Parts: sequence; structure tokens; C-alpha cells
Amino acid sequence: MTPDFKSLPVLETKTAGCGCDAEAHDDHQGEDHAALEQVRDRLATTRGKDYWRSLDELADRPEFRRFLETEFPSKHELWMEPVTRRDFLKLMGAGMAMMFFSGCRKPLEKIFANNEDPESRVTGKPLFYASALTMGGFAQGVLVETHEGRPTKIEGNTLHPDSLGATDVFMQAAILGFYDPDRAQAVMNRGIVSSWGALVNVLRGEMIAQQGTQGAGLRILSGNVSSPTLVDQMKQLFKKFPKAQWIQYEPLSPHGATEGARMAFGEPVQTRYALENADVILSLDADFLASGPDKLRNARMFARGRNLVGGKHSMNRLYVIEPCPTITGAAADHRLALRASDIETAARALAAELGLSGFNKGADLPTAAPAWIKAAADDLRSHRGRSAVIAGESHPAIVHALAHAMNEALGNNGRTVIYTEPVLAQAVDQVTALRTLVDDMMEKRVDMLIMIDGNPVFDAPADFNFAQALDRVKTRVRLGLYDDETSNLAHWSVPAAHALESWTDARATDGTITITQPMIEPLYAGKTVHELLSVLLDGSPRTSHDVVKDFWKTQHQGLNFEAFWKTSLHDGIVAGSALPARRVSLRSGWANGSYTRSTDLEIVFKADPSVWDGRFANNGWLQELPKPLTKLTWDNAALMSPATAARLRVDSHDIITLSLHGQSVKAPVWITVGHVDNSITVGLGYGRRLAGRVGNDKGFNAYPLRASSGMGFSSGLSVSRTGESMKLACTQIHHGMEGRNIVRGATLTEYQRDEKFAEVEGDNPSSEQTLYNSPKQDERVGWGMSIDMNLCIGCNACMIGCQAENNISIVGKDQVLRGREMHWIRIDNYFSGDPVQPEFTHQPVPCMHCENAPCEPVCPVGATIHNDEGINEMVYNRCVGTRYCSNNCPYKVRRFNFYQFADEDTETLKLGRNPDVTVRGRGVMEKCTYCIQRINVAKFAADKEDRDVRDGEIVMACQAACPTEAIAFGNIRDPKSQVSQLKTEPRNYPLLGELGTRPHTTYLAKVRNTNPALENV
Amino acid sequence: MSQIFNRSANTIARLSIVLVIVAVVGTLTLLGVIYRSTYFSGVGVAIEQPIPFSHAHHVRGLGIDCRFCHTTVERSGFAGLPSTKTCMTCHSQVWTNADLLEPVRAAWKSGLPIPWVRVHRLADYVYFDHSVHVAKGVACITCHGPVDRMPLMYKANTLHMQWCLECHRHPDRYVGPKEAVFATSLTPDGKMNFDDAMRFAELQTGGNYGDYWHIGQSDESWAKKYHVKGTNKMADCYTCHR
Repeated sequence: MTPDFKSLPVLETKTAGCGCDAEAHDDHQGEDHAALEQVRDRLATTRGKDYWRSLDELADRPEFRRFLETEFPSKHELWMEPVTRRDFLKLMGAGMAMMFFSGCRKPLEKIFANNEDPESRVTGKPLFYASALTMGGFAQGVLVETHEGRPTKIEGNTLHPDSLGATDVFMQAAILGFYDPDRAQAVMNRGIVSSWGALVNVLRGEMIAQQGTQGAGLRILSGNVSSPTLVDQMKQLFKKFPKAQWIQYEPLSPHGATEGARMAFGEPVQTRYALENADVILSLDADFLASGPDKLRNARMFARGRNLVGGKHSMNRLYVIEPCPTITGAAADHRLALRASDIETAARALAAELGLSGFNKGADLPTAAPAWIKAAADDLRSHRGRSAVIAGESHPAIVHALAHAMNEALGNNGRTVIYTEPVLAQAVDQVTALRTLVDDMMEKRVDMLIMIDGNPVFDAPADFNFAQALDRVKTRVRLGLYDDETSNLAHWSVPAAHALESWTDARATDGTITITQPMIEPLYAGKTVHELLSVLLDGSPRTSHDVVKDFWKTQHQGLNFEAFWKTSLHDGIVAGSALPARRVSLRSGWANGSYTRSTDLEIVFKADPSVWDGRFANNGWLQELPKPLTKLTWDNAALMSPATAARLRVDSHDIITLSLHGQSVKAPVWITVGHVDNSITVGLGYGRRLAGRVGNDKGFNAYPLRASSGMGFSSGLSVSRTGESMKLACTQIHHGMEGRNIVRGATLTEYQRDEKFAEVEGDNPSSEQTLYNSPKQDERVGWGMSIDMNLCIGCNACMIGCQAENNISIVGKDQVLRGREMHWIRIDNYFSGDPVQPEFTHQPVPCMHCENAPCEPVCPVGATIHNDEGINEMVYNRCVGTRYCSNNCPYKVRRFNFYQFADEDTETLKLGRNPDVTVRGRGVMEKCTYCIQRINVAKFAADKEDRDVRDGEIVMACQAACPTEAIAFGNIRDPKSQVSQLKTEPRNYPLLGELGTRPHTTYLAKVRNTNPALENV
Repeated sequence: MSQIFNRSANTIARLSIVLVIVAVVGTLTLLGVIYRSTYFSGVGVAIEQPIPFSHAHHVRGLGIDCRFCHTTVERSGFAGLPSTKTCMTCHSQVWTNADLLEPVRAAWKSGLPIPWVRVHRLADYVYFDHSVHVAKGVACITCHGPVDRMPLMYKANTLHMQWCLECHRHPDRYVGPKEAVFATSLTPDGKMNFDDAMRFAELQTGGNYGDYWHIGQSDESWAKKYHVKGTNKMADCYTCHR
């Protein structure tokens, strides 16, 4: 062991025998220290706000310079690629021949009419159906756009309480997931294609056998269930087979929340928040804006409380304590980085500050924390009834119980914190339930195990050895979307019907029920859980439509069932099905229980923001979506602070071995600004072996480190270097804007003092200061956008909404590494302040649609031109691919098809494309069009009625997806339109306005509501 | 030493330069001519269909309105293709045993669609909208020609971009009274006249159809009346391409 390890207390005992080559990394360490020193020096000499995008940029490292200076990074490598001259000639020859022969005679194209026109369908016009997707058992209300019966786009359902019209990345990406050609396509019996009928026969036999033992050998394992129909079927099953068991397990359910509620109130109530009523919010490592079934509502209500538009001068304040920067943490006015193991201690300290008693007050926290917590507690106390304390999903029951107690003490219960009966079918400790199941399986007490959705072989706690236990079950049946790790070990695997092709129902977090209707017949003859259960119950399959509708017939009280059924389907909610709020009171002695705190190096398990628990691993849109804050694509990584990395003597891209409980996993390092020291965060869900062509063998699998004793985080991690490294594809420094004054922000006090803080002289140079002629503009119509950076939380919904709407291709990790990702709107992250505890600002950047667009005069073929409504047009057919436009674009918003990125061969993927948008081919430049297809639809509709387009009639795809309503779009030449009003706000500023480009997309500067008491902490 | 090239080489050199130019220009012109020929554009070439449906018989003979079959033309970008059921509304009553109609009856029984052959096809990157044209007074016959004289459907116009732009640049020449949009052949006062064969022959052979609209109404531009947008918007790329 090298003496240097002495400085690494954690490693000292645990890395014995690690053969890392310390020499090679000493340079790195030196560089890191130097970088941090440089950063500190630079910050000391700059005044006011200084924004940067990565530590490399801040330190002005040569690598960063080099990357930025090559406009199209590594273009010379294009010539180095293994396309030989011979291949080239072959391809060219084939191309010429095809051109010649196809030119001879136009092929006859068949056109098919319906046999009978479906009711209400107008060919060429999309229809929108209300339905729901489920995540963790909860319904997320959606409107599905269908073109001639093919679902093509997901929008939020404004009537649904957990959507309110917004969507998240997973909802948007459901379209690609639905058309995934790798989905399970046939009933398989031990790896051989079988039939549904054969399985029905087998199940019938099994159920007859089970009748003798009252179902003692029958187990069903599924994810969370909130469906009333399924609950009813479950009850019937238990009536018939009283000894059967139904276990529900989700790897990323908030396992501590149920127990926490039971601890505090004696019953497992469901908690939700009314953040519109909250002025001060404190999160104990709860990523309530970006994960959990109610995130969209939380984000919408949180943003309403922060909106300064219309001369408002007050806004809510958010405190976040968390180990690894999350979207919620980045939105915070005050963020305290604490180790996950310290969150409980912080919760105890906070509760003590708020005057609660009867529990262990915990140990001392790191230096800055006590003062921070005191200030936060004072703030909370002065907002009684208008504050909220939110406990983190991954934290143990006591943290949730403490949060409940604090909310009670602050008088928030019933105001900002609402309790209802549990919404999910089972409010039990899922880990314990799964443990019992595994024990039964090991003891061979399980004759038949039916696994519905989920992927327990991949994601069950490592110490359960689920796969081994599964081997001892006589009959194993799996209903799943993919032939994944679990299906692979099942005797029978049945393709599941996707949410867009099934009848079912599900509840929102407030209990509101959505009846889910199919958009299309199952693509691959998938079955729903209701169909499978009807076989178990009746011995013969019933369609899920009949099961669901018959159930609702028994539920409906009134006379006209058909009217009720149609209204419920149409609205996407069953009226009046929300659960009433309940009054609860704290149990005495609620805070009993032991308190331990560990200071070892810890590992924190987080849902990956792109693939979640692994279920979205085969979704290319999500894989390529730069993860919020880290901006990594196609991989997960071990996230750690610069100081921890320096201490471990590793740098980003280095591969380390993470060992815990005798299990080891190799992971690449990613240095994350704002991460707490002595803690490593890993995203779950990667390292899939049987995900499909897109998701196989991407990233590393962190589940082997996740034991039932530490589902959220665990200490005792040991780390060793391997000496290897890999390239992680990070987009953070792509498309840099050279550190000009493009991100503007202030504190609320500064804003109150000077509303126009974002105004900089020279932002709007007069149109005479240019040599170019300004394009002639319509006086009445001009399209523009306003993006409120104060509301943007950086959740990525706009990026993927745009991708789904505009047929944007994915390019793969290799191309992302070369800076060739295709997203038309990107979200830039900026850090400011202390490099160890920075503040975060998100800036979504679509095309600015400059009035004097620098891209236009440089195009030799007129492929990018201006129209009189202010849109900078991109004409694909004229484009010859010189890329001069992109070179000359100061905003770096143009994207080039270096290859044939659009998949034109896979049949199912063709079905999912937006038929209103051209699919671009190789060699063509593309960029944001302001969703011209949506503008045209509105314009044609207005034209037909001989009127002007109404304000709000055109909604951009990014705008529709946005949970915080940060994006507005409309006619900037109508002074009464919403977007014009926003552009008169004092915080309004153009990006790089000094260039005289006069962008039609402008920004509203960010305002932070800092607590004066914390200014010197 | 004798010269390598004799005098005639000068002429040959000049000639070959000229010939190369002539050959290149000639080839390009020829290609252009071929591209614009009816052989290539399909203008005036009747296309064989699985059922020899006659627009002439149904439209001129029976006086059926365009919208009876092309139901969505006023609401959608796509004019609509009649379903088999639409055919059967009449043909379950008349000509029930006609051999020609056997494919219709077979389709109705089997539920499989009739495989019509497409006549008017625009490139994928062209987003044409029927409804807005119809709403602004562009008549069916303006683009589709004398459909009521077509025993088998054929393309009356090239559908080339140049042809589209002609109207998008000069809408006043082609936009007419909304009331007459679905008229299949028109008299100058905008009334239907099924027997106006001569006029249609003229139209078909490249006459300026637009002139017909304005006979007797030369002081009023329909385009202006219907607020048809100016060239700056109509000839804008994003009007048809996205």
C-alpha cells in the first residue's frame, strides 16, 4: 500500500490488496487540486455573479478550450472511420443504380379505404383519447394523440390531478416504448414459442390442483396495484383460494413512507402536498419535484408560488438537504449538502429546533449544518400553516415520522399536507413481504408463482438471492413487456399488453380513478393482468374490456351507466372518485426506536433519471436524454464530490470497484459539483443483460450492492481503483456559449430593490447598427417565445416532448461523445457561487428565431431563410450540408445529420412517428421550427373561419410538456398576448442581444428567495 | 521534327469543346423534357383500377356531389376515400349482380379494403391541406381538372412545385366563389352546367382556368374578398414544407 493512502481514512482498512496503479493517477490528483485552487483564485477576483458549466471551464483547462474551439468536435475523425474506399464505391454504385432504376417508372402506390368508416375519425386529423399510464401503481393522466388509430404523442390531461396537463419524460417516452420492436411478442414455454391457449390449459390444471390446498401453493408477485378492478379480482381470488398470497414489490417505492405514517399516526395514511399554500418548504432529501407519482402537481404548484409575473414581489422559499444534487435541490434557495446517513440526524435536529421532544436529538452535524438548520427552523416557525416539511422517499420510517410530527407542530396538516386513506391496494412493508415470499420459495412452499410486470430477478434486494429461490418453484409464469431477466427464468412468459393497448383502471395520489382505454389493438397479442386473472378465477379468459366494464357496472349507483362510462372515459377521470382528506393525530410515543449514525464512506442508491429502476433501459429517447445536472447519456456513473474524488485519487471516467457486503461492482467515476463529501451516489437500472438491443450492457448494475438492510443508502462502502478508464458521454460542455453574459439572476431582495436587474445596456441595439437588411416583417403577426428561468426546474420534459413531436433521431453514445446529439431544445446547466456548494440555474435553449439570423446570410443555397412572421425556416430539401449556418449560429442550436440517424427500416417505429413532420435524412441540417406543424394547424383553422389565430391556440410541444408553465408562446406583435406581456416584464432579456440578432425567444431572469439570516453561513 | 498536331487539330479541338457543351446542355435539356413529359408526370394518363370506377358516370351522369364520397375534404387535409360501405349504400340496391362490381361485394363480405391505385401523389415532405383550399374558394376542378369527364381517373396537372407556386403567387387568378367550389363544370356565372363539354376540353388542354372565374366579375377579386394571404405568406416555404 502506498503511503498516500494514509490520507484516505476509509480506504485504509478496506483496500488492502488493490493493485491500483497509483503513479498514473498522481498527476490527476495534482491537477485536481490545481484545478480547485485555480477556481478559488478566479472566483476571488471576479465580482458579482459568475456562471460556469463545469469545473473544467471554471479552471479554464486546456481540454475544455480545445473541445469548444472545434465547432464540430472531432470532425477529422470522420475521415478516420473504417469506411474503406472500396465500401464507399460499392455504396455509391448501388446508389446510382437504384436512382436510375427507380427513375424509370414511378411505382404504383396502393391506397386503401376503410371498409366502414370508424365513427368520429376524420382521416388526416388526429384524435385525442384520455387515458392513463401507470408508474409505481399510480395513474398519470394523459391524452394520447392518435393518427388513424396509431398513438403518436402523449400530452397531459388537464383534468387529471397528478398531471394538470403536464407530462414527464417517462410519459413522453411511452410512445417509443410502445413501438419498441424488442418487446416480447409471443407466449413462450421454456424458451419455445407456444400459445396463449396452451398456457390457459396449464393454468386451469394448476388451479384445480390448488383447490385442494385452498391455494396454499399459489403466489402472485406484482408491482404496486391501485386498480379497483384488479383489487376486486384479487378479492375474488382470495375468496376462492384463501391461502393464496399476493405480494407487491416495487424496487423504488418509498418503502419507509408507509411505515413512517404508521409510526406517527398508527395507520398507513397516504400523504400528499398542497404546495400552492406553502410559503416555506423544506425537503429532507425528497426529490418531490422530479420523482414520485405526484411530482407534476408538486412542480406546478411549487412554480405557482414562485411566479413573479405581473408585478409580484414575493415568492415561496425552498430549503433542501440532500447528498447528491437533484432537480429539487437545484431549485432550492438554500441547499445543504449532507450525507444520506446524516439526513435522519438533520431531521432530528430540525425537529428539536422546532420544539418537538420525546426523541433522541441525535449527534452533531458538520460545521455549517446547525446554523443552517436553525435558520430554516426559524423560517418554518414564522410560517405556521403555510409551510411544509417533506421527507425523502428513500429514507427510513423515522424520517417520515419526524416530518409528520413537524408538520403537525407547524399546523400544516390539512393545509399544506393532506392525508387520505392509502391509495395503493397494500399498505405494507414491501421488503418484508418479499422476504417472506423468498423464504417460502426456498422452502418449496410455492407451487406456482405468477410474476406480473416488475423484474424481480434483476431488481430484488441482493441478499434475497431471488433467482436462486425462483429455481425452486415448480411452475413459474411471467407476464411482462419484455423477455427480460425474469422471463428468462420463468417456465411460461406471456407478452403483456402495453398501457396504450389495455383496458384497466388506476388511481392518482389523491385517489381519483382513471379508466384506461386502449388506443390500438395489442401490437404483439399482449395480454393484460385482468385477462390472466380471469383465467385463474374462471378457468377461461375474458377480455379485459369485459372485466373492467362489468366491474364498473357493479360500482355505478345511478341509472344511466352508459352515460357514466362514456363521460368517465372521455374525461379521463371518474368524477368524484378522489378520496376525502382525513384528520389524523400523532400517536404518543411515536418516536421510539433506536438511533444510529455512521460516518463511513456511504453509497446512495437513486432511481436513474432516465431508465428509472431499469424498466426504461431499452428506450433510446430516454437513454440519450442528458440526465438532469450531470448531463450524462447512455451510462450511469458513481457520482462523487471533487474532494472525495481527489481523496480517492480518481478523476471522471476512471473505473473504480465499489464493494459492499462482499459484492463488488465496477463503475466509472463522475465528479459532480455540489455532491457531499464522503458519499457516492449510483443510479439504479443500468447494466441490464436482457433489456433489448438498445439497453443491453449499458452502464453498470448497482443492484448487487443494494441489500434489504440498505435500500436507500448504505455505509461501509469500500472503493478501490482499477487503473482502467472509459469514456462517459456527457453533454454538459457541448454547445458552449463562451461564458458571455447569458444567464442572469438575482436574489429576491435585489429584485425588490431593482426590478430591472437583468437589463444590460446594449442588449437591444437598433436595427441600423447592422450592415444587413432586416427581413420585411408582418406588422400584425410574429411568433415568439418567452422562457421563465425562475420557473424552469430542468426536468427535461420539454426535451423529450420535442423529440416525440418532431421525429428527432437518437444518435448513440459514440456520436454523443462527438457532440452530435440532435435535441432541438437543450437544457443548459449553469453553476454559480462556491464551487463546492454552488447554486444551479437551468436554461432551456431552443432556436432563438433571430430577426437578423446569423445563419441565414451564410447559407449558399438559401436553405435557411426568414419568413415575415419571424420564423427562421429550415428547408431540408435545399440543404446541401455545408454546416456554415451552424458555424455561424451564436446559440449553437443547429443540429446536423452526420449519418442516416432516422431509422427508416423498422416497421413499428415508422408507425410511431408524427406524420405532420418530415423525417430528415443524412446530410441535412435541422433545428427547432417553433413546431411549425402546430402553427399551421392553428393558422389553417383560423383561416377557414376567417379570423386571426387566438392567443393560446398554438401550444408548442415543449410548452405543453412543461410541468411548471415556464414556456409561453404566441404572437409578439399582439400587445395583449400572454407572450407579449411576458416580454414587457422587467426581468426580460435576450440571449446575446448585443450581437443585434434580435431573438424572438427571450428569457426572464432567475430570482432566488434567499434567507437573509443565512447569508453568512 | 514534324509537328505532333497538324492544322486540322485546331478545328477538332474547337469542335470538341462545342460538342461537349452541346452534349451536356442537350442531355440536361433532354432530362428536363423527360421529367416534364406526361410519361413521367402521368398527366392525362388514365390509371387502371381494380374496379373501373367512372367519375364521368357518377358525377356527370348521376350528379353526385364530390363530398358524397370525399367526405372529409372540408374538414381535413386529406379529402377522404369512400369506404366500401359508401359504395354499398347504392350498390346493394342497384346493379347488385353486375360482374364489374364483384370486387366491391367481395370486399364488403370479407372486410378487406379495396386496393385502389393512387392517382394524385405528393411527396412526403409536402403538407397539402384540402380543407383550407376549399374554404378559400379553390375549386376541385382547378387542380383535378374535368373529373366529370374522366371515365377513369387521371392526373390533370403535374403537381410540380412550380405549378403549385403559380397559384400561391397569383391567387387572384385561381380563387373563385366559394359557392362554386364543388361545381364540376361551370358557366361564367358560377352555375353548374353539365353539358359544357367544349369549355372543359379547353380547360384540359392548358387553358387558363382562372379566366373563367372572372368573366363578368373582373372588378372584384375573390382572393381579396376571402382574405387570401399575400404571396409573402403563401409562397413561404413553411406553408407547405415542415
